[in-house]
Amino acid sequence: MKIAILALQGAFEEHRQMLLKLGVESFFVRNAADWERPKDGLIIPGGESTTILKLLNDLSLYDAVRNEILAGLPVFGTCAGLIMLDSKHLNTMNIQVKRNAYGRQLGSFYHEGKFDGIDRNIPMTFIRAPYIESVGNRVEILSVVDGNIVAARQDNQVVTAFHPELNEDTAVHEYFLKMI
Amino acid sequence: MEKRENLNRNLAQMLKGGVIMDVTTPEQAKIAEAAGACAVMALEKIPADIRAAGGVARMSDPKMIKSIQQAVTIPVMAKCRIGHFAEAQILEAIEIDYIDESEVLSPADDVYHIDKRNFKVPFVCGAKDLGEALRRINEGATMIRTKGEPGTGDIIQAVRHMRKMQSEIRRIASLDTNELYEAAKQLQVPFDLVLYVHDNGKLPVVNFAAGGVATPADAALMMQLGAEGVFVGSGIFKSGNPEKRAQAIVKAVTNYDKPEILAELSEDLGGAMVGINEEEIKLLMAERGK
Repeated sequence: MKIAILALQGAFEEHRQMLLKLGVESFFVRNAADWERPKDGLIIPGGESTTILKLLNDLSLYDAVRNEILAGLPVFGTCAGLIMLDSKHLNTMNIQVKRNAYGRQLGSFYHEGKFDGIDRNIPMTFIRAPYIESVGNRVEILSVVDGNIVAARQDNQVVTAFHPELNEDTAVHEYFLKMI
Repeated sequence: MEKRENLNRNLAQMLKGGVIMDVTTPEQAKIAEAAGACAVMALEKIPADIRAAGGVARMSDPKMIKSIQQAVTIPVMAKCRIGHFAEAQILEAIEIDYIDESEVLSPADDVYHIDKRNFKVPFVCGAKDLGEALRRINEGATMIRTKGEPGTGDIIQAVRHMRKMQSEIRRIASLDTNELYEAAKQLQVPFDLVLYVHDNGKLPVVNFAAGGVATPADAALMMQLGAEGVFVGSGIFKSGNPEKRAQAIVKAVTNYDKPEILAELSEDLGGAMVGINEEEIKLLMAERGK
């Protein structure tokens, strides 16, 4: 199994480390040539969504990435990665997202909570995080914190508003790998 | 480690692979955001103008910083003087995302840096070598950048600082564990931080390049030397075509090891900032705060 990690900007190295722990190979995608390599799944990491969207467009990756996700490529988006899949960005998932939903850095927080499909509380690190305001067809809600949707799945796509890659627990990455 | 300090280190992790741009107006902030900046540094004068104007350089007007916070959705940083914890308190009160305790401004204290552990907002600090970096981290900095020489457009000092830091990190990593106590003594830092560098071969926080970056090639050079991202101060808005140059530097940081892509995006950028060579300058800002 080989996972592509979108490495345009943000915490892509942290995802590579999580996959290494699980014994799964990965490679970074920084341009159209990298995207051509065979892959079984894609991770879109946290970072700044405006930066990542701009680079997806400028480096001619937008259509290629979108088409493969629509064709069924399993994808896992964290924080900015969640935003990238929403109706205003790659538009592959039926979710409406509120950016910087908890305010500035002083609003960043840590929480331990439930995640559907994982049988214990998991660590959740929220950094200038978004949350999902509303979901459309075929979207399954996986986690709710303080009344806000912070994780969801639609077929081959799973997203979290928090950063599983910043803590030791590999449960959410394992959840994603089981989708492949 | 305390949760807040972790969260603040985590925000720096989200900035990696990105470019943080100095801006002086909401309009410039919007240009920077549209060009793909991962954060902006709000300040009244960019370093080249601070250098030209002379006199005491202080924290910017909070009203001006707030106008930039309202103009963009990306993180907004601002500078306070070295040791000036009251300026830092003011920046925390307006909910700045990151404070740069910066040698670009006139130092307020020639002995003590700010006790950054007293704050909830994160701090980034400049460093010329591993000792300075670890001392700032010990005081609570959750992100480090090279000092370089701000406002010059000359990359030589940033290169010098990054090379020195990386070579000291490699040296620490190669030491026997029982030699680390002496290394900690020489670096004037706690043993635990030296042990972290020894075990991990890197700083415990994110490390950016800053001071003198003017071209996409400069940014690529710093990334290849081990920077995890780049601050660009005067280099963008002192150049002929800020918008185009900003976009090119953002792309250069992502594809820093792809010369074909770098060649393409280095084309036709208009004039770079004129700059000033290190032997021509009287004031070495990098010598402030050790």
